[in-house]
Amino acid sequence: MLRMTGIGKSFLGVRVLGGVDLEVSAGEVHAVVGENGAGKSTLMKILAGVHAPDEGTIEIDGRSVTFGHPIEAQRAGVAIIYQELTLLPERTVAENVFLGREPVRRGLVDRAAMESATDELLKSLGEESFGPRDLVRRLSVARQQVVEIAKALSLNARIVVMDEPTAPLADHEVELLYTLVRRLTARGIAVLYVSHRLREIFDLADRITVLKDGARVTTAEASSLDTAGLVRLMVGRELDSYYPPRAAGPPGEVILSVRGGGNARLHDIDLDLRAGEIVGVAGLQGSGRTELAKALFGAEPFTSGEMTPRRPRSVREGIAAGIGLVTEDRKAEGLLPNQRVRDNALLVARATGAPRTGVERLLERVRLSPPRPAQEVRLLSGGNQQKVVLAKWMTVAPRVLLFDEPTRGVDVGAKAAIHDLMRELARDGMAVLMISSELPELIGMSDRIVVLRDGRLVGELPAGSTEEAVMRLAAAS
Amino acid sequence: MRRALPIFVVLAGLLVAIAVVNPYFLEPTAFLAFVKRAAPLVILAAGQYFVIVSGEFDLSVGSLVTAEVVIAARLIDGSAEATWPVLALMIAFGLIVGLVNGAVTTLLRVPSFITTLGMLLILSGAVFLWTGGSPRGALSEQFRQLGRGSLGPVPWSVLILVAVAAAAVWATRARFGHTLVAAGDNDRAAALSGVRVARVRTVAFMISGLSAAVAAILLGGFAGVSAQVGKGLEFQAITAVVLGGVVLGGGRGSVAAAMAGAFTLEALFTLLNLYGISGALEPAVQGVIIIAAVALGAVRFPRARAAAAS
Repeated sequence: MLRMTGIGKSFLGVRVLGGVDLEVSAGEVHAVVGENGAGKSTLMKILAGVHAPDEGTIEIDGRSVTFGHPIEAQRAGVAIIYQELTLLPERTVAENVFLGREPVRRGLVDRAAMESATDELLKSLGEESFGPRDLVRRLSVARQQVVEIAKALSLNARIVVMDEPTAPLADHEVELLYTLVRRLTARGIAVLYVSHRLREIFDLADRITVLKDGARVTTAEASSLDTAGLVRLMVGRELDSYYPPRAAGPPGEVILSVRGGGNARLHDIDLDLRAGEIVGVAGLQGSGRTELAKALFGAEPFTSGEMTPRRPRSVREGIAAGIGLVTEDRKAEGLLPNQRVRDNALLVARATGAPRTGVERLLERVRLSPPRPAQEVRLLSGGNQQKVVLAKWMTVAPRVLLFDEPTRGVDVGAKAAIHDLMRELARDGMAVLMISSELPELIGMSDRIVVLRDGRLVGELPAGSTEEAVMRLAAAS
Repeated sequence: MRRALPIFVVLAGLLVAIAVVNPYFLEPTAFLAFVKRAAPLVILAAGQYFVIVSGEFDLSVGSLVTAEVVIAARLIDGSAEATWPVLALMIAFGLIVGLVNGAVTTLLRVPSFITTLGMLLILSGAVFLWTGGSPRGALSEQFRQLGRGSLGPVPWSVLILVAVAAAAVWATRARFGHTLVAAGDNDRAAALSGVRVARVRTVAFMISGLSAAVAAILLGGFAGVSAQVGKGLEFQAITAVVLGGVVLGGGRGSVAAAMAGAFTLEALFTLLNLYGISGALEPAVQGVIIIAAVALGAVRFPRARAAAAS
């Protein structure tokens, strides 16, 4: 029914997909799996007409199609349901389903027709807990997904793409989604199911396509694979880059310690960070990695549990306790884009009234190249920007530094420099925590790895553990 | 500083143009008279700069000036002894209005455009209610000296302006100034680096209120008591700041350039006056300037950003 052949795509000269084939038949649940950055989302966005492929062809029912715009994919029968739902919260269910295509009678929207059509769609999906006139805002996320699917059906969708559909759902809602998926396939609709969660994949999928580093590894019958085999297919790769040597001796004293830390997103966090050690945090998207860093730092504080030093209730308390956070999103949370390198580096010191240190020396130490303190930060490369963020924290000499995706969007050279620096800081007696969704980096850098799942720490692995071991802990249930 | 340069060139050009039409203009007396006339607007622009660079607006300064002058006239009522206490009260009132603007904007999260527009209406309504349309009382001679008189050849208002300008430049170079600009550039990043964003923004509004109080003291002496004395000053001040290359939305621009913008605006009005162009045209000129200045900024920055991204 759907055949994608030889799909390739590059962004800014970086190849994210190359020669990917995908075939899906009617009534099938076809899972697409792979690590972060394997190219799943890009492939799905090409199918949905969001991106145009650089190479390759798409056929639906044997006819070749090209999508210049998502609306064309929609007309060809492809519907995509994103993680972030795209409904209008203050409109009714029926208004959302028929958004932009409202039935009209005598120049006015025919509400009755719209609502009865929506009602039929909902009934066909076995949904009776809400009706066409309910406001979307009042529905749970699981029910909003039902509305999205009703909308897809009203557009005569024949291929429904679901991107991490269970990520925002509570456990008991996952069953509802399963039922929904099965109702779709019973009508002969093909479901492309993108997920990290291996259990769901084995529960639902007929066939599985594994992507790795932008290429297809294999497509196999789900029944021919087991969890371990699938994980091996997803991550099987050589450790191909260099990481600085680990600490020689045993780690030093405990600098930060949490017992039973919890808030809305985290539960029962027990964690010790020691001087001289780099602790890696692994976990799938939405497992609470960033939330953990922000809780330790005081930006989104723990509301329960014990912590030494005293549990920070604000960023300023966190900084005063000697904790620093290198945020995941540099542009939005890390930098002052229009200020000079120097002013960025001095920000924390100025904000907290700490004595100022020699900025020039620090910029040298973080290997900013070229070291131009008067340059505006927005003009720097990603790698240099990250070094400025590092310098910003080093001016106040924290005892604990939390890194959230420290090398995202950073070129290879700067990446090695940042890795060296992290190790150097640890060697000088700092406790370092590193969150990374890049498993090779996490394994290459960490002295031990703790794994988060659904806001809980579910295990700890020693240095040099395999990617399979990490993934199994992070994805299994 | 690179961005600030154009405004100084424009200002110098305008001063030369005035001098061409009126050769006496660059003589000390005439020039000091010009500076004296410009002083209230320059001070307001300096205050407005702090609010704008932190990413906010203060539309309330014009009616705050009016309220200050009207209150002062009524309380002093020509009495010399009342002068100094009332001056202190005016300063306090300016700071309190700024504190309210800042607290409502940062704590209640009302956009400052709305907060200070509301304050503008509240103050002008209160003045109207209190005076019934025509201000009562009178300012004392001592009070009026500050706006009108001189210390030797130099007008008091020029001395006050110099002091305000020095304080403003000092504040931008102090820790406060740096954290304020940080909050205006990226308030998320600033907050996650330990900047007390709500507090520095509130202080910025208080500085703006203070500058309105000082401007009111000068204007009351210079122009006398009327219910129109501060009319339109908020927009003149914002125009001046934008003309100085300070970007609406915050994070970019210098206070010196903002003050130069105010001088430029005043010089432009002087020049138009010399050419016999009606003063009624001033608002129109101002409108053109503010749109043009913002448009210029908007055109320049996306290009620079695109260059940074590639």
